[in-house]
Amino acid sequence: MTTVEPTPLLQVSDLTVSFRSESGAVNAVRGVSYTVQAGETLAIVGESGSGKSVSSLAVMGLLPASATVTGLIRFKGQDLLSLNDKRLSKLRGSGISMVFQDPLSALTPVYTIGDQIAEAVRIHQHVTKAQAAERAVELLDVVGIPNPKLRAAAFPHEFSGGMRQRAMIAMAIANDPDLIIADEPTTALDVTIQAQILEVLKKAKEVTNAATVLITHDLGVVAGFADRVMVMYAGKAVEAATVDDIFYAPRMPYTMGLLGSIPRMDVEEKQPLIPIEGTPPSLLNLPAGCPFAPRCPIVVEQCRTIEPSLDPTDRSEHFAACHRSLEIGQRNWKPADVYARPVIPQDAIAAIPREDRPVVLELEDLHRSFPIRKGTVIRRTVGAVRAVDGVSLEVREGETLGLVGESGCGKTTTIMEIMNLLKPEQGRIVVLGNDTNGLSADSRRRMRRDISIVFQDPMASLDPRMPIGDILAEPMWVQKYSNAKIRERTGELLKMVGLSPEHASRYPAEFSGGQRQRIGIARALALDPKLVVLDEPVSALDVSIQAGVINLLDELKARMGLSYLFVAHDLSVVRHIADRVAVMYLGRVVEVGTSKDIFDRPSHPYTQALLSAIPLPDPEKERSRERILLRGDLPSPSDIPSGCRFSSRCFVFAEQLDAEQRNKCKEQDPGLYPMADGHHAACHFATVREVV
Amino acid sequence: MLKFLARRFINYLVLVFIATSLAYILASVTFHPENRYTGRNPPIPAATIKQTLEERNADPGTPVLVRYGRWVKGVAHGDFGKLIVGDEQVTTEMKRRVGVSLRLLLIGTTLGAVFGVLIGVIGAVRQRRPADVVGTVGSYVLLATPTVVIIIVVQTVFLWINHRTGTTTFPLVKEYNSNLSGWDFWWDRFKRLVPPTVVLTLFGASFFSRYQRSAMLDVLGSDFLRTARAKGLTRQQALFKHGVRTALIPMMTFFAYSFGLLLTGAVFTETLFSWDGMGKFLIESIQNRDTNATAAVTCFAAVLVLLSGMLSDVLYAALDPRVRSSR
Repeated sequence: MTTVEPTPLLQVSDLTVSFRSESGAVNAVRGVSYTVQAGETLAIVGESGSGKSVSSLAVMGLLPASATVTGLIRFKGQDLLSLNDKRLSKLRGSGISMVFQDPLSALTPVYTIGDQIAEAVRIHQHVTKAQAAERAVELLDVVGIPNPKLRAAAFPHEFSGGMRQRAMIAMAIANDPDLIIADEPTTALDVTIQAQILEVLKKAKEVTNAATVLITHDLGVVAGFADRVMVMYAGKAVEAATVDDIFYAPRMPYTMGLLGSIPRMDVEEKQPLIPIEGTPPSLLNLPAGCPFAPRCPIVVEQCRTIEPSLDPTDRSEHFAACHRSLEIGQRNWKPADVYARPVIPQDAIAAIPREDRPVVLELEDLHRSFPIRKGTVIRRTVGAVRAVDGVSLEVREGETLGLVGESGCGKTTTIMEIMNLLKPEQGRIVVLGNDTNGLSADSRRRMRRDISIVFQDPMASLDPRMPIGDILAEPMWVQKYSNAKIRERTGELLKMVGLSPEHASRYPAEFSGGQRQRIGIARALALDPKLVVLDEPVSALDVSIQAGVINLLDELKARMGLSYLFVAHDLSVVRHIADRVAVMYLGRVVEVGTSKDIFDRPSHPYTQALLSAIPLPDPEKERSRERILLRGDLPSPSDIPSGCRFSSRCFVFAEQLDAEQRNKCKEQDPGLYPMADGHHAACHFATVREVV
Repeated sequence: MLKFLARRFINYLVLVFIATSLAYILASVTFHPENRYTGRNPPIPAATIKQTLEERNADPGTPVLVRYGRWVKGVAHGDFGKLIVGDEQVTTEMKRRVGVSLRLLLIGTTLGAVFGVLIGVIGAVRQRRPADVVGTVGSYVLLATPTVVIIIVVQTVFLWINHRTGTTTFPLVKEYNSNLSGWDFWWDRFKRLVPPTVVLTLFGASFFSRYQRSAMLDVLGSDFLRTARAKGLTRQQALFKHGVRTALIPMMTFFAYSFGLLLTGAVFTETLFSWDGMGKFLIESIQNRDTNATAAVTCFAAVLVLLSGMLSDVLYAALDPRVRSSR
């Protein structure tokens, strides 16, 4: 008996894309085949440079002229590669539409949102200008923009990131497409906004009945969204299967590595992550054999000579490009069997109870506001952005405090105030027992030894014209170390972060992102500090690299007895590294407690919403999870709501409180009320809700 | 927006006053118009010289600051004094010359801007292809050649045309022929306008095209062009509707200012085509050691900068909504 395979909506076979470059051809995509059936959702997962975006741009015919594309792309039976720009443009936007990553640069700055959506309508439908404008307003309503009629007249820069992405989706569904390609649609957004946008994408899918290709690096997003998953590595598909198979029965070591290296919020105990050693290969001169072989823990001789093709495995509808995929299936290997979980030394100080350890950093009622001024000749203050509005924190020796919150909540301002070591606008900053108020310039300089910082962007925070030896030596010059000591210490530092002392004469450009961040960490440790402030240290890194850096941080902390103030927006990373967590909202700490308190017994509605917004890399859990969706965007810190500052977005306030209780929220600014020992939440009606 | 412009206007007005005053003081300190009259044969009586200079507020015996004070008073009433040569008022002469410059430059600069934008856009879109190479090499040759040489080359070309047609199709000097009248007068005038306009268009286009090309190249790689194409616009439609529109924004300041400055800067063109415009006037005034005229031309140039500044603010705001809301 034979079943007739339905004609796929999109069929890509043996697609290759190469770019001309000065040093030769860069083979960005090297023979990728996949199909998308009508109405299904395929996720293409890979790290930066894996070719996932390039392969989809090839489908749209939107690659730059320097790209050479071969292979076959059929959409509804039509060969797309044979079409010229004019005929292809008839399909773009109506048959296939696309949602791009960065919605600010992806919208034309000089036209209104409404006009841009109406333009999409008018390209493919014969309607009048007025009808198109009306349809644009309708579409904005569909994607959940409040007050769509008014907002249609706004320009892109007047929209927030989440709203811009909604507008992009409105544009994508304007002509009822059969296929929507979403290229990292939520990468630039905060988690709470990401959750909203994923909902909008699901809705868009329902409205149009379109098939979706979701391109992402985030396996968590995939788990709750996709039907099938294709994993790409070095320009090739290395594994393709149903979403459950990818997560529960991976057959390719790279996929296993990815799964092992994502920090998970739903694990009970803090345990080291499993990093994938090494870095992805350069696509310029790819050596023979499996491109993953140099990083693979179960590599065999054959892998180094013959590149495996994407073949069927022991499971149906499951393909993997690995010589040992059958063996992996037979032995039922799990990621933990293939990759050894690194052992990280125990922190000696952990044995001492927290209360007995000295306080390394103390903030008391810290305030920082920025005046808003107007006028060119006579400047006058018309208001203030209250970026930090009464923050109290405490970091004890040997402890990691995670400071989390959405962008714009005041995290960065807080740590910049600390790093200034100056008298704050209001409140107190005490570092290692010294109040920054009344510190002499000399003692301030000496104090800089004890407190250092690692920045978010390893690319921008290292001077590209300085060899890394000099970069590491600079803080020591400032503190007047002897030359011999500096030389010795530089080598030591490089070894400490997993690089070799010979690297000292190289320039930052010669290192990968992960290595650069290690250099940033080495620089922070140069002066043997007591406290290290980490400002989103891993958010710019790919997952497989991120795990290694997190483990390094953990290890260094144990070895050197450091204390960390770890600022991040990614709560799963925080769960892995932090002992205590403080959640910030609009310039205030709204909940603080041990990592266990915050993740297992979140009590403030904002914490609960934040946790619930994070996608779990587990399809079954994702499917059964109820999500708390916050309404709207973060209010402006220049116009903070009265009473409880979260009330304008609070779901408890909106759905569960009676009028009298609401009045309390509107009128009284809640303080940090104790929930349990060392666990506080700033909510009048705090109750524990399990959301992970 | 209006409030913003009014504020800017006052700022600029202060600048105009300072620039003109400085020019006046500098000119009165360095110019010695009395030397024009001494050492002549037969000698001019000292009393006559003194009277002539005093009438023009240029008597070296009066302290500079006192002269400046009188001049400011005059300017406040719209009186820029008398010319050194002849008996005309500075303002009368200026009025005539501004008209000449405007007729000559308005068309040339506008055409130069239009062609410059076109060449620049084409160069960027067809980067490193023949069209771009021709545009690039052409504009570099024009920019690198001394102005005088270009004018003479253009004149030679027109001479050759005249020669080939046998009649003076394009007269190469003067703005008009007062012997003609009616329709003939205007037709002749138009033909006289062609050669200098060609020169100015060449300058403008070579200059603007370089800037427009790089502004367009910046836009070409942008994400919003890709979005526009993803919506279903062809490459060309996307380029014109979304690309050029955005790439024009940074050019506005440049257009406005270069127009303002050209009005006094086309000295060579005016001189070689014998048009009595403002550029020529500036050079003549300095040669005649005429403080009143020099200060007046400086004032005129400063006012042009003021207007250009206002114009560029308005154009910028008209084209870029991001600027509009931040003001």
